[in-house]
Amino acid sequence: MSLDPSVRDAVLTAVPSLRAFAISLCGNVDRADDLVQETLLRALANIDSFEPGSNMPAWLFTILRNLFRSEYRKRRREVEDAEGTYAQTLKSQPEQSGHVEFQEFREALAKLPADQREALILVGASGFSYEEAADICGCAVGTIKSRVNRARARLADLLSIESTEDFGPDVATRAILTGTTSR
Amino acid sequence: MDTTSSPPAVPRPHGRLGRDVQAKIGNQLRAIYDDIVKEGVPDRFAELLQRLEDKGEKGSRS
Repeated sequence: MSLDPSVRDAVLTAVPSLRAFAISLCGNVDRADDLVQETLLRALANIDSFEPGSNMPAWLFTILRNLFRSEYRKRRREVEDAEGTYAQTLKSQPEQSGHVEFQEFREALAKLPADQREALILVGASGFSYEEAADICGCAVGTIKSRVNRARARLADLLSIESTEDFGPDVATRAILTGTTSR
Repeated sequence: MDTTSSPPAVPRPHGRLGRDVQAKIGNQLRAIYDDIVKEGVPDRFAELLQRLEDKGEKGSRS
């Protein structure tokens, strides 16, 4: 296997974001890093199928997502409660980030269906367009849009985020109060 | 396929989320994500790619 330095650089550049995506899919850093490693090996073994000049991050994300999905399906057969396991893994890893204030958000994110979570992350954090996210997930653009919308709506409900634009000052005050007293 | 998942939750007055709500969710999501991105490339991946590159060079020169 020969690796062109420019290809290596393109892959390396994508690794930090690929890893962040993997961690948000798995909810577990060690498992995510194994998944990234497997993705890199798979990608480099199939580097000939990568079209030079095309979207390297999207290509790598697609491979990682497919690997995760097949592993996820396998695990689901072993452990029925896949979402619950995910939430549990998250709880046992508070050191994952120094930001304790995001714990609540992280737990809410864990409660989303996997489809919605990955769509929201790809579009809202990884910076892919709806079209790219649809390619990565192998579905229609409209499906991605609706998953992202449902993910946002669900998070807003779970986190009791209310719009201060739409509801006026009373609700704004209440949101601030509940925000500070919930800790 | 997942159209059978949870029915629409509490109806919203304007049918969609306010922009401030979307922004708040987006900011928190990116903050968590960017924390990991800032960790950069862990050594194990840099080494893995280096090893593969070395192997490739040796292979093509012999």
